[in-house]
Amino acid sequence: MHKDALHGKWEHRDIHNIYGLYVQMATAEGQIQRSGGVERPFVLTRAFFAGSQRYGAVWTGDNAAEWDHLKISIPMCLSLGLVGVSFCGADVGGFFKNPSTELLVRWYQTGAYQPFFRAHAHLDTTRREPWLFGPENTALIREVIRQRYALLPYWYQLFYQAHKTGMPVMRPLWVDYPKDTATFTIDDEFLIGSDLLVHPVTEEGSRGVTAYLPGAEEVWYDVHTFQKHNGAQNLYIPVTLSSIPVFQRGGSIIPRKDRVRRSSTCMENDPYTLYVALSPKKFAEGELYIDDGHSFNYDTKKEFIHRSLTFANNALTSSNLCPDCNFLTSSWIEKVLILGASKPSKVLLKMDGKETPVDFEFDTSMSVLTLRKPGMNAGADWTLKCLMKESFVNIPVGPSYTTALISLRFIPFLRVTLKALKM
Amino acid sequence: MTCLHLLLTLVFAVSLGTPVEIQRPRGVPLTKKQFYEESKPFTCLDGSRTIPFDRVNDDYCDCKDGSDEPGTAACPNGSFHCTNAGYRPMFIPSSRINDGICDCCDTTDEYNSGAKCENTCKELGRKEREVLQKMAEITKEGFLLKQQLIEEAKKGQQEKQSKVTDMQENKKQLDEKVEALRTVKETAEQPEKEAKERHLKAWEEQKAAIRLEKDKAKMAETFLELDDNADGFVSVSELQSHAELDPDADGTLTEIEAQGLMGGAEQVDTSTFESVWPKIKDKYHSEVSREEADISCLEPAPVETPPDEVKEPVVDNDSEPYPEDDISEEEDEDDEDEDDYHEDDDKVSAQPTIKTPEKTHEDEEAMPPYDADTQALIDAAQKARDDFEEAEKALREMDDQIRNIEKELSFDFGPDAEFTYLYSQCYELTTSEYIYRLCPFNRVSQKPKYGGSETNLGTWGSWSGPENNKYLLMKYEQGTGCWQGPNRSTTVKLTCGKETVVTSTSEPSRCEYLMEFTTPAVCQEPANIDPSPHDHVEL
Repeated sequence: MHKDALHGKWEHRDIHNIYGLYVQMATAEGQIQRSGGVERPFVLTRAFFAGSQRYGAVWTGDNAAEWDHLKISIPMCLSLGLVGVSFCGADVGGFFKNPSTELLVRWYQTGAYQPFFRAHAHLDTTRREPWLFGPENTALIREVIRQRYALLPYWYQLFYQAHKTGMPVMRPLWVDYPKDTATFTIDDEFLIGSDLLVHPVTEEGSRGVTAYLPGAEEVWYDVHTFQKHNGAQNLYIPVTLSSIPVFQRGGSIIPRKDRVRRSSTCMENDPYTLYVALSPKKFAEGELYIDDGHSFNYDTKKEFIHRSLTFANNALTSSNLCPDCNFLTSSWIEKVLILGASKPSKVLLKMDGKETPVDFEFDTSMSVLTLRKPGMNAGADWTLKCLMKESFVNIPVGPSYTTALISLRFIPFLRVTLKALKM
Repeated sequence: MTCLHLLLTLVFAVSLGTPVEIQRPRGVPLTKKQFYEESKPFTCLDGSRTIPFDRVNDDYCDCKDGSDEPGTAACPNGSFHCTNAGYRPMFIPSSRINDGICDCCDTTDEYNSGAKCENTCKELGRKEREVLQKMAEITKEGFLLKQQLIEEAKKGQQEKQSKVTDMQENKKQLDEKVEALRTVKETAEQPEKEAKERHLKAWEEQKAAIRLEKDKAKMAETFLELDDNADGFVSVSELQSHAELDPDADGTLTEIEAQGLMGGAEQVDTSTFESVWPKIKDKYHSEVSREEADISCLEPAPVETPPDEVKEPVVDNDSEPYPEDDISEEEDEDDEDEDDYHEDDDKVSAQPTIKTPEKTHEDEEAMPPYDADTQALIDAAQKARDDFEEAEKALREMDDQIRNIEKELSFDFGPDAEFTYLYSQCYELTTSEYIYRLCPFNRVSQKPKYGGSETNLGTWGSWSGPENNKYLLMKYEQGTGCWQGPNRSTTVKLTCGKETVVTSTSEPSRCEYLMEFTTPAVCQEPANIDPSPHDHVEL
């Protein structure tokens, strides 16, 4: 574009894409007006400019069914997130040409962990519906789609954050770890929010990937196996076609809706499962954001739920971040998983001044505590208290040690007595 | 105790005339009821653990196989049974329970979602019975038609078989006849050839004699011309007046050169002139008139050249003024000739001119006709040739016919040859834009309705149905290619119907077509279905 193509003093090339922004804006505003100002629109655009994030989603345009194009979808969306356009994705499977089965499966796996997730292709390509590649591949694709849908509450709350603060939903590692120079050149791995690290497999025939887990003081839990890994390391992960390396940061709480449904609308009243990943200091925090999912009432009438979840001192508490909001949900908490936990003796749910015991299971090998059906409403104030045995640590002790301990208890008594006796 | 209760309930219910609903946890089919006994702890059906019975359908997934939550959506892999009284019972994935969508016609999958579902089982049952009845009717009639088709096919098969055998007999006879005629032909052609050669030889001799005569006359003429002083002698000086006779092409005819031409003599008379004549006759230009010798050389040669002596007509660039890139050297030499030709004659000759060397430009005489004997031999040979060719043609036709029938017999027309009747038929379907034409065992094509050429959507490949019945699908392949895509192909799906007709055509994938085709040939033997509306309750 010539520098002498001018509009007044503005070079055309600086404002060329404003047209795209206006088109998306007009479409979105038209849709809002059509609903009487009530319903949120969804408008997808290929041309955008600074500020387009206010009007809808964008995608990376006509790519091709090639491994390089799969790889590059990550840095493309990371860059866009940094300039405010978070709702970004690429055509899953590639627009032009026909993907191999492996490429299609890997693209579904990568795309499910990117903000805008859509499969799309040129009219003249061969059919590539996900059920056309045999039962194994159908199962792989189904599995990753289920993973995404389970994470929708997390995605949704991150978009609420982006809406309020502009923080990118899908972000490069250095945004959260700016002092860790090892993160500066990474573009095959990214963070979703601060708490989920994703390193999808984007190499054909890959047998393993090396993921960088940032943060010298962090721990990262594999979300599929709950295996704990220390931060600030390059972790080699052997992979198969079903592997999608995803890690949850120790110190975070991510709400998921694990029930399988056909659409997100069907999920509206489903219960949550809280995944509490403990930091090395046995601490974790997260949020829960719920609104009706389609209207502007969250904005005009404060109809939403925004809660802060904190795990500290062996207790998980849900507190209200918006006391003057009013929104009711029938969603409840059906399960709490605490990763990196110790086994409690008892778990109590404290709500409305009452205490009820909660059944639990403890997996010793992975240090995972599962609280079975605490049952509280997702919008309520509650605390789940894990009672640990106050006494000695469970070290097998011999008689001499016990005697020594017992005698130690008597020393102060002895001293007082001796003093009294003026000895 | 429970047994007594159950019995009482049964008796009560039966006396009231209501359908009996056996108590069982929501979503559990009758066949599995025995695993869900209320009074005992429940063991997951995969044996993985045992839980108190109150944890069945308590909206929390305890079993890996989902068997403790058939009636809720808590487990990802559970299975919910809806009774659907009035229609057909069904299993749906438990994940569809209370999701706001009415999946079971008896509404039992949405008991706590606020969704308003209506019980449509009776209606669905009625509709399905109707459809089944219709299908049964069609199957019955179709099957009868199929029997007829099989009968006809059998007959047709036998006819064709015998026809082929007959034809092969005939073919053998024809073969022999052809061989016999071939011998006759060759026998006749031999004397014909000899007679013709004789005739030709005679004619050649005659021509030579005539030529000689002409030459002699010319020679005499030339002598008279050269003899300027008419003294009966041609002298050296008289010869010198014709500079064109210069042997070394230096422009002048010297005395010595002239003498050389005359064989050293000072002068020659008519008889000695005979030895001079051959040396000068080529270059000699007559004083009388400048003959357009060139043109006569370019005139078309006499038409009646014997057929086996046709010279290859050189098609020169007659229509182009100056041949530019001619390959043969011959033509380059003749360039000037051509130029003269065109200067003198504007008319562009359409006929290919025959470039023959100058020797024929003098003889414009035609070969005399054959004498009677030769002609008779020629006629006889020609007749033999005609007979032979006729017989050969008949043989070829017979061969073709046999091949066609054998090809027809080679097709797989089904286990009872029930598809035979489709063989030479074509069936058309007109849509809004195209006319699709299916000619079974042959090809499928598509033609635009409002003019345009036909596109080949595939030629007969094979039966391609599933293993248990391959005669449900036909595959036609290698049709016209698509731009950057596959060659067009069509799959034809056959279903039972009373009529033989194409019911639809679609393109589910780019350049891969699907046709739906009904024919009685795929109707199965109707089973004895009792369309009873009531579910039999097992006790």
